[in-house]
Amino acid sequence: MDEALWALGRGTGVVALVCFTLTMVLGIMGCGGRNALGVGRFGLNELHRTAALTGVGLIAVHVGSLMFDPYAQLSVVDAVVPFLGDYRPLWQGLGTLAVDLLLVVTVVSLLRDRVGPRVFRAVHLLTYLMWPVALAHAVGNGTDNTSAWMIGLAAGCVLAVALAVGWRLSPAFVGRGRVRVERRLGT
Amino acid sequence: MSRGMRVHIDWTRCDGHGACAELLPELLATDEWGYPQSRSGERDPLVPAELERYAHRARNACPLQALRLVP
Ligand code: SF4
Repeated sequence: MDEALWALGRGTGVVALVCFTLTMVLGIMGCGGRNALGVGRFGLNELHRTAALTGVGLIAVHVGSLMFDPYAQLSVVDAVVPFLGDYRPLWQGLGTLAVDLLLVVTVVSLLRDRVGPRVFRAVHLLTYLMWPVALAHAVGNGTDNTSAWMIGLAAGCVLAVALAVGWRLSPAFVGRGRVRVERRLGT
Repeated sequence: MSRGMRVHIDWTRCDGHGACAELLPELLATDEWGYPQSRSGERDPLVPAELERYAHRARNACPLQALRLVP
């Protein structure tokens, strides 16, 4: 039973990292307004939302299982206030920080109609902080961090997001936006 | 609410990525820059009852909350 909780805690953490990486990539691609992946613009959006909410669910299980795990013994305070834990306080604190950010982003996103697009967008930008923090936590705190597959997975995640950001900032993408605006304004 | 719902695009928000036109092709086309365009030529096209579901979906899919359903 103890082993099971521990495995569940670690497993959900790793899968959540993959989900959030996917969320980032889909979100960044969706901004381009292209029919990428052949699922249409709205398809990208819905996949982005689904991946994000799946990640949120996994994180709930991740934190919950480590609270009940006699080995990790995560306290309620540790789950909310970063950098107080006994076990690798820095790395665990980063995880807690990411959970706090995730909470804010999730709640604000679900209340999108109430808060309006400006707040929604501003809060969404927090994910550019949250994702690297979560990644650092996964690599630094995970007891798998010396194993090749975890390093490989983390590297793959970094590569995926880096490629998406690179594409977004590339002249082809930026130029397209400008041309469109100029034509629309008739200049 | 269920009668006479109209699709209204807030042009100060819309960025022309076209998710709405994908989900509501009966009412919206895209112009050559990707901005939604009412097919009927009406400013705020009326949503027929059978399309209301899709109109709500289009509203939720708009990433910039530019598409609104107004009475
Ligand atoms: S989905 Fe929203 S932002 Fe995109 S074209 Fe339609 S109204 Fe404009």
